[in-house]
Amino acid sequence: MPADFLSNLYVFILAGFVGFEVIKRVSPLLHTPLMSLTNALDAIVVVAAIIIAGLHETTLSTVLCAIAVAASFSNMVGGFFITDRMLRMFKTGGRKNP
Amino acid sequence: MTAIAIQQLIESAYIAAAVLFVLSLKWLSSPVTARRGVLVGEIGAALAVGATLCNPLLVQYRWIIVGLIIGAAIGIPLGMVHMTAVPQRTALSHAFGALSASMIGIAEYYVGIPHVTRFGMGEIALEVIIGSLTFTGSIIAAGKLQEVLPQRPITYKGQNIVSLSVLAAAIVLAVALVVNPNTPLLFPIMVIVSLVFGILLVTPIGGADMPTVISLLNSYAGFSAALLGFVLDNKVLIVAGALDGSSGFILSVIMCKAMNRSFTNVMFGAFGQVQTASKAGTEERTVRSASPEEAAGILSAASKVVVVPGYGMAVAQAQHKVRELFDSLTKRGVDVKFGIHPVAGRMPGHMNVLLAEADIPYDRLVEMDDINSDMAQTDVALIIGANDVTNPAARTDQSSPIFGMPILDVDKARTVMVIKRSMSPGFAGIDNPLYYFDKTLMLFGDAKAFVGDIVKELSSNSH
Repeated sequence: MPADFLSNLYVFILAGFVGFEVIKRVSPLLHTPLMSLTNALDAIVVVAAIIIAGLHETTLSTVLCAIAVAASFSNMVGGFFITDRMLRMFKTGGRKNP
Repeated sequence: MTAIAIQQLIESAYIAAAVLFVLSLKWLSSPVTARRGVLVGEIGAALAVGATLCNPLLVQYRWIIVGLIIGAAIGIPLGMVHMTAVPQRTALSHAFGALSASMIGIAEYYVGIPHVTRFGMGEIALEVIIGSLTFTGSIIAAGKLQEVLPQRPITYKGQNIVSLSVLAAAIVLAVALVVNPNTPLLFPIMVIVSLVFGILLVTPIGGADMPTVISLLNSYAGFSAALLGFVLDNKVLIVAGALDGSSGFILSVIMCKAMNRSFTNVMFGAFGQVQTASKAGTEERTVRSASPEEAAGILSAASKVVVVPGYGMAVAQAQHKVRELFDSLTKRGVDVKFGIHPVAGRMPGHMNVLLAEADIPYDRLVEMDDINSDMAQTDVALIIGANDVTNPAARTDQSSPIFGMPILDVDKARTVMVIKRSMSPGFAGIDNPLYYFDKTLMLFGDAKAFVGDIVKELSSNSH
C-alpha cells in the first residue's frame, strides 16, 4: 500500500464528514442549486485533465484529457452560471413590488 | 523560483480552493447568503485552474486551450436553459463529470503501463468502472427527462439477473487487471462492460423515480472524482469529490424517505418496478365539481389557503398564473402558502425553483412537515397538478402501493380543491380516494386556463 493512500484516505474521510455536516444544513428550498453548485465544484477535475493533456506524454493521453478538459470545464462554467441564475430568482416577500 | 517552490505554491492554491469550496457550500445553507457561496466557489475554481495553467511541467498548451474553448462553448448554453429543463441539464452535467473522470483514469492507465502497481490498478479500475457506468446512466436519465426516451419503466423478465451479471463481469475483469495490470487489452473491455451496465441500471427506471436516480448519479459522479484524486494523489479532487458525493448521498436518502423506498432498494437499482394499481373500489363513486366562479368565491372567503403544486403545474406552464392568483388573494388579505413535497418536480428542490422563477417569494414556500402541522387550520387546500403526494391512502390503506409514503395532509383542510384534467389516475396509476370526499371539489380543466379564470373572477368581484 503506497504511503500516499493513507493520507488521501484521511483527507477523504474528513472531507466527507465536513460535507455531510455542511450539506445537511442546506435548506430543501435550495436543493436544486445545491446539486448544480456541487457539480460545478466537482468539475475541479479539470485541473487533473489540464496537467495530463499538457504533459503531452502520448497522443492517446493528450486526446483523452483534452476531451476531459472540455467536459469538466463545461460543467464548471455552466454549473456556476445556472446556480447563480437560479439563486437570483429567490426573493423574499419584502423586496417584491406591490 | 525553484521548481519545488512553484509546485508548493500550486499546492497552496489547491488548499485555498478546497477551503473556499467548503465555505461555498456553507453559505448555500440560506437563500440570503447563497449567492456569496457561488462567488466564493467561483474564486476557488479560478484559483485552482489558474495555478494549474502556470505549472511549468506543462509543455504543450494547444489541446488544453482547445478543450477549454469547447468546454465554455458547451457550458454557457447549458447554463442558460429554461428552468423546467434543469433536471435534464443536471443529468447531462453528471454525465460530463463522469466522462471526464473516466477519460483521465483511462489516460492514466495507458501512460502508466507497464509500471502500474497492483494497488494503483485497483484504484484506477474502481474509478473507471464507476465513472463509466455513471456516464451512460446519466445520459439515459437525461434522455428520459428530455422525453427523447420513454418515461415508463422498461422492464423484462430476469432483468436484475442480467444487469447484475454484467456488473459482475466488470468486477471480474477489474480483478483480472489487478492480478496482472500489464494486460492493456482487458482494460477497454472492462470500460465497455461498465458502460453497458450504466445503461442497464437506469433504463428500467420510470420517470416518477427520477429525483432519486439523479441524486444517486450525483453521488456516483462525486465519488468517481474523489477516486480519481486517489489515483493522481490530488487532494483538491478528493475534497471536491467527497463534498459532491456526500451531497448526492444525502439527497438520495431524502428522496428515498420521501418516496418510502429503502436505501438498498435504490442501491441495486431495483426500483421503478411496475406497480399494480389496487382495484379496490370499482363501484361508481360520485365527485363534486365546481366552476371557476364558485372556486373564486370559496378562495376569497378563506383566510388561510395552502397551494399544493405538482409537476403537472409546470407541464401546463401554469406557474405564472398561479403567481397572479397568489397576488390577487394576498391583496385581499388571504394568507397563501405553498406546500412543497420533496419529490414535487423532477429533481430535489425543483418545484421551489419553478415557483421562485414565477416570482413567488421563497418565504411562502413551506416544506412538507411544516405545512402539515398547519393543515388543520387551513380553509382551502388547492392542489394543482399533484396527485400521489396528496393521496390519503398512503396513510390508511395498507394494500396501496404507496402505503407509508409521506404525503401532504390536504385532507385535513376544511375544503380541498383539485385542478385536474379528468378523473384519470396519476403517474403511478393509483386511484386517489381524496377525490371522493365530501369536502373535495374537483375543478376540471387545464391548470393554466382554470387558474386564469379564477384570477379573472377575483378581479371582477373586487370592484
